[in-house]
Amino acid sequence: MAAHLKKRVYEEFTKVVQQQHEDLSTKKLRLTKPSKSAALHVDLCKATSPADALQYLLQFARKPVEVESVEGVVRILLEHYYKENDASVRLKIASLLGLLSKTAGFSPDCIMDDAINTLQNEKSHQVLAQLLDTLLVIGTKLPENPSVRMRLVEVACKHLTDSSHGVRNKCLQLIGCLGPVEKGVAKEAESQAAKDVQKIIGDHFNDQDPRVRTAAIKAMLQLHERGLKLQQAIYSQACKLLADDYEQVRSAAVQLIWVLSQLYPESIVPIPSSNEEIRLVDDAFGKICHMVSDGSWVVRVQAAKLLGSMQQVSSHFLEQTLDKKLMSDLRRKRTAHERAKELYSSGEFSSGRKWGDDAPKEEIDTGAVNLIESGACGAFVHGLEDEMYEVRIAAVEALCMLAQSSPSFAEKCLDFLVDMFNDEIEEVRLQSIHTMRKISNNITLREDQLDTVLAVLEDSSRDIREALHELLCCTNVSTKEGIHLALVELLKNLTKYPTDRESIWKCLKFLGSRHPTLVLPLVPELLSTHPFFDTPEPDMDDPAYIAVLVLIFNAAKSCPTMPALFSDHTFRHYAYLRDSLSHLVPPLRLPGRKLVSSAVSPSITPHEDPSQQFLHQSLERVYNFQHLDPQGIQELLEFTIRDLQRLGELQSELAGMADFTATYLQCQLLLIKALQEKLWNVAAPLYLKQNALASAAAKQILEETYKMEFMYSGVESRQVVIIHHMRLQAKALQLIVTARTTRGVEPLFGMCEKFLQEVDSFQRCFISELPHMQGSFVDKLLDLMPRLVTSKPSEVVKILQTTLRQSTFLHLPLPEQLHRATANIIEPTGESDNPLRFTSGLVVALDVDATLEHVQDPQGTVKVQVLYPDGQAQLIHPKPADFRNPGPGRHRLITQVYLSHTAWTEPCQIEVRLLLAYNSNRSKASTRIPKSTWSESLEALPPSENGIEGTIPFSKPVKVYIMPKPARR
Amino acid sequence: FPVFCCCPGAGQDVGRSCILVSIAGKNVMLDCGMHMGYNDDRRFPDFSYITQNGRLTDFLDCVIISHFHLDHCGALPYFSEMVGYDGPIYMTHPTKAICPILLEDYRKITVDKKGETNFFTSQMIKDCMKKVVAVHLHQTVQVDEELEIKAYYAGHVLGAAMFQIKVGCESVVYTGDYNMTPDRHLGAAWIDKCRPDLLITESTYATTIRDSKRCRERDFLKKVHETVERGGKVLIPVFALGRAQELCILLETFWERMNLKAPIYFSTGLTEKANHYYKLFITWTNQKIRKTFVQRNMFEFKHIKAFDRAFADNPGPMVVFATPGMLHAGQSLQIFRKWAGNEKNMVIMPGYCVQGTVGHKILSGQRKLEMEGRQILEVKMQVEYMSFSAHADAKGIMQLIRQAEPRGVLLVHGEAKKMEFLKQKIEQEFHVSCYMPANGETTTVLTNPCIPVDISLGLLKRETAIGPLPDAKKPKLMHGTLLMKDNSFRLLCPEQALKELGLAEHQLRFTCRVHIQDPRKEHETVLRVYNHLKGVLKDYSVQHLPDGSITVESILIQATAHSEDQGTKVLLVSWTYQDEELGSYLTSLLKKGLPQSTP
Repeated sequence: MAAHLKKRVYEEFTKVVQQQHEDLSTKKLRLTKPSKSAALHVDLCKATSPADALQYLLQFARKPVEVESVEGVVRILLEHYYKENDASVRLKIASLLGLLSKTAGFSPDCIMDDAINTLQNEKSHQVLAQLLDTLLVIGTKLPENPSVRMRLVEVACKHLTDSSHGVRNKCLQLIGCLGPVEKGVAKEAESQAAKDVQKIIGDHFNDQDPRVRTAAIKAMLQLHERGLKLQQAIYSQACKLLADDYEQVRSAAVQLIWVLSQLYPESIVPIPSSNEEIRLVDDAFGKICHMVSDGSWVVRVQAAKLLGSMQQVSSHFLEQTLDKKLMSDLRRKRTAHERAKELYSSGEFSSGRKWGDDAPKEEIDTGAVNLIESGACGAFVHGLEDEMYEVRIAAVEALCMLAQSSPSFAEKCLDFLVDMFNDEIEEVRLQSIHTMRKISNNITLREDQLDTVLAVLEDSSRDIREALHELLCCTNVSTKEGIHLALVELLKNLTKYPTDRESIWKCLKFLGSRHPTLVLPLVPELLSTHPFFDTPEPDMDDPAYIAVLVLIFNAAKSCPTMPALFSDHTFRHYAYLRDSLSHLVPPLRLPGRKLVSSAVSPSITPHEDPSQQFLHQSLERVYNFQHLDPQGIQELLEFTIRDLQRLGELQSELAGMADFTATYLQCQLLLIKALQEKLWNVAAPLYLKQNALASAAAKQILEETYKMEFMYSGVESRQVVIIHHMRLQAKALQLIVTARTTRGVEPLFGMCEKFLQEVDSFQRCFISELPHMQGSFVDKLLDLMPRLVTSKPSEVVKILQTTLRQSTFLHLPLPEQLHRATANIIEPTGESDNPLRFTSGLVVALDVDATLEHVQDPQGTVKVQVLYPDGQAQLIHPKPADFRNPGPGRHRLITQVYLSHTAWTEPCQIEVRLLLAYNSNRSKASTRIPKSTWSESLEALPPSENGIEGTIPFSKPVKVYIMPKPARR
Repeated sequence: FPVFCCCPGAGQDVGRSCILVSIAGKNVMLDCGMHMGYNDDRRFPDFSYITQNGRLTDFLDCVIISHFHLDHCGALPYFSEMVGYDGPIYMTHPTKAICPILLEDYRKITVDKKGETNFFTSQMIKDCMKKVVAVHLHQTVQVDEELEIKAYYAGHVLGAAMFQIKVGCESVVYTGDYNMTPDRHLGAAWIDKCRPDLLITESTYATTIRDSKRCRERDFLKKVHETVERGGKVLIPVFALGRAQELCILLETFWERMNLKAPIYFSTGLTEKANHYYKLFITWTNQKIRKTFVQRNMFEFKHIKAFDRAFADNPGPMVVFATPGMLHAGQSLQIFRKWAGNEKNMVIMPGYCVQGTVGHKILSGQRKLEMEGRQILEVKMQVEYMSFSAHADAKGIMQLIRQAEPRGVLLVHGEAKKMEFLKQKIEQEFHVSCYMPANGETTTVLTNPCIPVDISLGLLKRETAIGPLPDAKKPKLMHGTLLMKDNSFRLLCPEQALKELGLAEHQLRFTCRVHIQDPRKEHETVLRVYNHLKGVLKDYSVQHLPDGSITVESILIQATAHSEDQGTKVLLVSWTYQDEELGSYLTSLLKKGLPQSTP
C-alpha cells in the first residue's frame, strides 16, 4: 500500500514537472516572434512605386504569419488594395489574401465581405481571377457554413459572363467546390442564383474556350466527388464533348462519361443511327473504347485506365474488345491466336509455318464489315499495340481488372497477355506477368501458351524471371506434357542463371503440389528409373536433381501411389532433403519409413507443429529456472540458445521467432555472467582489468537489444517493453561498472542523472505495461525512486547493484508472427579475382544487387556501407527508386555505389555490406509522430539524449577486389 | 473554288507515285516515283502531261517527296535534271540524307549492270539534291506568300512524312505511305484535326485488317531462336533499308534479353551507310529508342557485326541478314546456295517476292531449283514466310481519316478493286465524298472556302454591344457595308463606307397597310393595338404618341378608318430599311389580327 502511494505521488510529481517545462518553451517562442502587421504597413506606406510595393509584398510572403495577427494584416492589405492602381500589385495582394486565409486556426469569415466587395470594382481580369481563387480558399475553409457558400456561389455565377477565360475558369472551379450538394438546400434557398448548379455548369460545356470547357467538366466531376448525384441528361452533352478538338477537354469528358456510367449503369439509351436501345453502361463502354484510339496519348491512357473499372458491362461487349475481325482481300482471316487454338484442339502440334498457312478462307459480305464501329471492337487490341508504353501498361492493368471479375473474359484475354510478355519495354512485360498471376485462378494455360510463357524464362532480367516463377507457382497446366515442358525450361533456366536456384525450387514445389496427377506418369522418366536395370545414383548436390525431387515429393504428398515408383536411393535422398530443405519438401508417408513415422505420429497432435511445440517447451523450461543454482542456469541457457539457433536454421518459418528468443536469452545469459564476476566482491581499484568482461557484456546487451527492437518485423509493444527493460538493465550495469572502475565522483553525477532520466522516460512510455512487470528490475527501481533521486551517486550505484541482482527474469511473450530482417547481397558475388581497376581520384560505380526480407520502410532504413582497407568507412543512402517490391515482405535493392580512393600499390579488398539504420526516437512503442512536426521539434529542441541513432549490419559482408591506379601524367 | 487533283502515276496503281494538285491557283507535285515493274519509258510518270510546252518550273510551285522509297522518289533526278525543273523540292531531313544513296544504287544497277544509256548520272543526282529544301516535322514552311506546307510523322520508314498543303484556308493533306501501328523502330503516324478539304491517302491494304504485330514478331523470334539452339544457320534476305533495321532491332533486343551468344551478321555495303543515318535521326524513331538513346543508341548494334564472305562457311549457328530481299541475285543468293542443303538451316522471307525470283519459287513450295548451268539445287532447309509490312491497314486508314476529319478523301496507291470497297466504307461511315481517280484522270473537288473579311473596330464594338454576349459557336447577325476594293474585303459601318466612296445617303422606307376588323373608334383601336404590342414586344420600347400614332423603336403605326367600311380600320405601318426585320415581324403580327380580348 505504501509503495503504491509513493508511486502515485511520484507520478503526479513528474507530471507537474512536465507541464512547467512545456509552458516555458511556448513562452520563449512567443517572445521571439516579431509583430508583422505593423512592419508591413510601414513598408507599404514607404513604397514609392508599384515595383517597390511588389518587392515588399514578395518579401512578406516568404515569412509565415501567426494566427492572431492574420486579421490585422488582411485589413492593411485590403486598405492598400483600394489605393493601388497597379494591377500586378493588386494581383499579389489578392494572392496573399488567399495565402493568409489558409493559415491554420484562422477563421476567414470576418474577411469574406471585404473580399467580395473588392470584386465589385475590379477591372483587370487577372486580378478578378485571383480574387475568385481567394474566395475559393475562404469557402473551403468554412465547410460548415452553407449561407456563406451560397453567397460565394452567387458571386461566381455573376462573373460567369466575364469575357476572360481565366475568370470563367475560376468561377466554375468555385461553383464545383462550393456549390450546394444536397437537393434540399437548393430548394430551401430562395435566391435565384442557387437554382441548379448542374445546369449552370452544364451551360458552359459549350463555351468557346477549351480551358473553360475543361473547367466546367472538372467542376462537374468535383460536384460528383462531393456527393451530388449528377443528372443523366448530362450524358448526351458529355458524349458530344468526346469529339472536342482539345485533348484536355476529351480527357475530362471521358472521365465524366465514366462517372455517369457508374451512376446509371442500367438506364437505357438509344443508338443514334438505328432505333435500337442499349444499356447506358454498355454505350459508355463503347464510347470509351473508341477513345482508346484517340489521337492524343493522354486521352488514350485515361480511357484505357477507366475501362478497367467498368465491371458492369455486359460480357458481349466486353469480349468485343478483344476481337478485331481480320480480313485479307475481303476474305475472313483467322488470327494467329485462333490458328494456334485450332492446331491445339485438332491434336496436331506446331506444324511449322507454310507459305499461305494463314491464307484467308471464306468471303466476307462487304456490307457487313464495319471498319470503325461505334462498338467496343478491338479496343484492347489497339491499346496493347499502342506506340506509347504508358497506354500499353494502362491497357494491361485494365485487362487485369476486368479479367478478375469475369472468368470467361480472363480465358479470352490470355492470348493477348501472353503476347505482351514479348513487349520491348521491361516494365510492360513485368506488368503483364504480374497481371497474369493475379488472374491465374480463372485460367488454365494451353500448351502453346505455356510454351510462349516459358520462353521468357531465359530473360536476362532477374525481375522478369522471378515474376515468372511466381506466376508459375499459381498457374494451372492442363497436360502432363505441359508439366514436363515447364520442368525442362526451368532446369534450363537453372543452368543459365544458377542464382535463381531458390526461386526455381519454390516454383517447382507449388507446381508439384498443384498437379499431382500430371506428375505421376512422368515420375519414371524424371527419376530415370528402369524396370529391369539399376540406374546410377544421381549426384545429391546437383541443384537440377534437387529441383526434380522437389517437384516429385510435393506431388507425392497428395498422391499416395507415387512412392511405389521410387528407387532406394530416392528414399535416402528424401530423408536428406527433408532435413536440409525442410521448407521445400513436405512430410511424406513413405512405406519404408513406416516405423519411424508411426512411432512419432500418435504422440503429436496433428494440427500443432512439433517444432513449434519444442520452442515453447524449451522456453517454459528456461522461465522456470529460478530454483536452479547459478551454474545450472547458465548451462541451461547455453543449451537452450544452441537449440533455438539450430531450430531457426531448420525451420524457416520459425526462424524469426527462434532467433528472437535466442537473442533475448543471450542477453540474459550475458547479464547473469556479468553479475557473477568476482569483481563485485573486491575493492574496485584492484580490478581495473577484469572489468573488461562486464563492460563488454553491457555493451553487447545494448547492441542486441537494438537488434531485437529494430530488426524484427511484427514486434508488438509487449515485446518492446521487455526489450527496453533489458536495455535499462544493461545501462544500469554499465553505470555500476563505471562507478567501480573510475575514481572521483564528478563523472558519476552526470551518468546517474542520465540514468534516472531514462528510467523516468521508460516509465512514461510504458506506463500501461508496468502492472505486468511485477518483481522485475524496473518495478523495484520505481519503488526506490524517491530515494534514488535524493541520494548520492555512490549510494545509487549500491542500490542499483542490489536491485539488479535481486530482480527476476522477465518472461518474454511471443507474438503471432515474427520475422527477422535479412539481406542477401547477390551482386557483387565476391568471387572475382579480377580487381576493379580505376584511376585514383576518379569514381567507379559498383553495381549492388541485394534482396531484403521483412524490412519495414527499406527506403528510409537500409544503407550500404563500404569499408576500405585503411579503416575508412563510407555510408551510402540508396535512392528510394532503387528499391523494388516484388512481393509482400520482400524488397529488392538494385543500386550503384560510387567508390573512390587514392592510388594503391596493389589491389586490395574492400567490404560492402548492408546496414539497417535505426533511431530510437522513432521506436515502435512511442506513437509515430508525423514527419513534419518531428522535424520541426528537432529544430526547436536540442536532440533528446535518448535519441540514439545507429546502424545494425544485417547482411554478410561481401569482399570486392579493387585497384585504384595512379593517374597517368 | 475547286481543288484539282490528277495523277500521272499512282492512280489505282501501286508504284510510280506522282500526283498533281492544283489548289487555289497553286500547283504542287506530290512525289515523283518510278515503277519497279517496267524498264522502258513507262517506268517514269508522264511529265508531258503536266505541261506540253513551256517550262515545268513556271508551272509548278513546288515538289514534295514523302519518303525515300524509289516508287516515291525514283524519278526525281530525271524530272529535275533531264526534263528540267528548277523550283524547290521539299523533303524531310532523313529522306534528304538517304534518298541519294538509293538513287545512286538504282542508277548503278540500271546503268552499270544492265548497261542502259540515256539514264541520269551521278552528277545529276547531286545537282538534283541541291534543289532540295529539308523540312522538320510540324514546321510550317512558307513556299511563297500564299502556299504553305507542313510535315507530319508518317511512321512508314525513317523520315517518312505526311504533308499538309495549305493556301489561304483551303488545304490538302497527302499521306504518302504511312503506318498506324508502331513497330520496333518507328512510331505510328499522327495528324491533328486539321480538317483539310481533301485527304489524299494511300490504300495499299484497303481490304485487309491485320493481326496484331506481336504474334508475328513472336513467331519470328521463336523460329530464329529454335534454329539457333539446334545449331542451324538462319538466312534472312532483306532489302537494305527499312524492314532490315526493324528486324535488326528485334533480334538485337532479343539477343540482349535472352543472353544469346550466336553471332548475327549484316551484309555490308549500303546497310552500313544507312545504319549510320538511322543512328543520326534518333528523333524520328519510336518512344523506346528515343528514350534509351541517352544510355545507348539502339542502332549501335552490340550483337550484329558486319558480314564477310568467308563467314558463311563457319561452323556453328549464326544469323545472317543479306541483300537483296527476293533472293534473285547477289550475296543472299550465294549464301542460300551454300546453306540450302542442310535441313537444320532456315531461310526467312520477311517480305513479298516477285514472280520468277528464287524467293517466290521456294515460297510456293518448290524444293528443287534449277540454277544456272543446269545445276539442280535441292532445298532441304526450312523456308518460312513472315510478313513485316509497314502500311496502314483498312482500320488504320479509317483511323487516320477520323483523326484528320477531312471534307473529302481521295484514294491513291492501291488496286482499283480494293479501293472500291474502301471508298464505299468511307462514304458510309464518315458521310464525306470519296474519289479514286485512275492514272491521268483529273478529279475536281469543290470546296467552300471561307473568305476573311476585315471589319472596322468601331463597327465591331458597336455591334457586339447590342444584344447578348457574343458566342463564337453561334453566328451573329451584323449590319454593315461590305466594301470590295483593291482586292481586299472590308466590312464598314454604312456612314464610313458612304464617306469613303463619296456617295450620298438615300433613305428607303417601307410602308404597309394592314386591315383590321374593329368596329370601335379609331383611338380605341389604337389603344388596343398599343396594348397588344406592349404585351408582345416586351423588349422593345413601344410608345403611344399624343398624335394618336404608335412607335415601336423607330417604326410608326397609324390607324385610320376605312373610307368605305367604318368597321374596318386601316393600320399604316411604316419602317425604314434598317428596321426591316422588326418591321416585317410587326406586319405579320398585325396581320394575324388583335386578340379577342375583353374590351
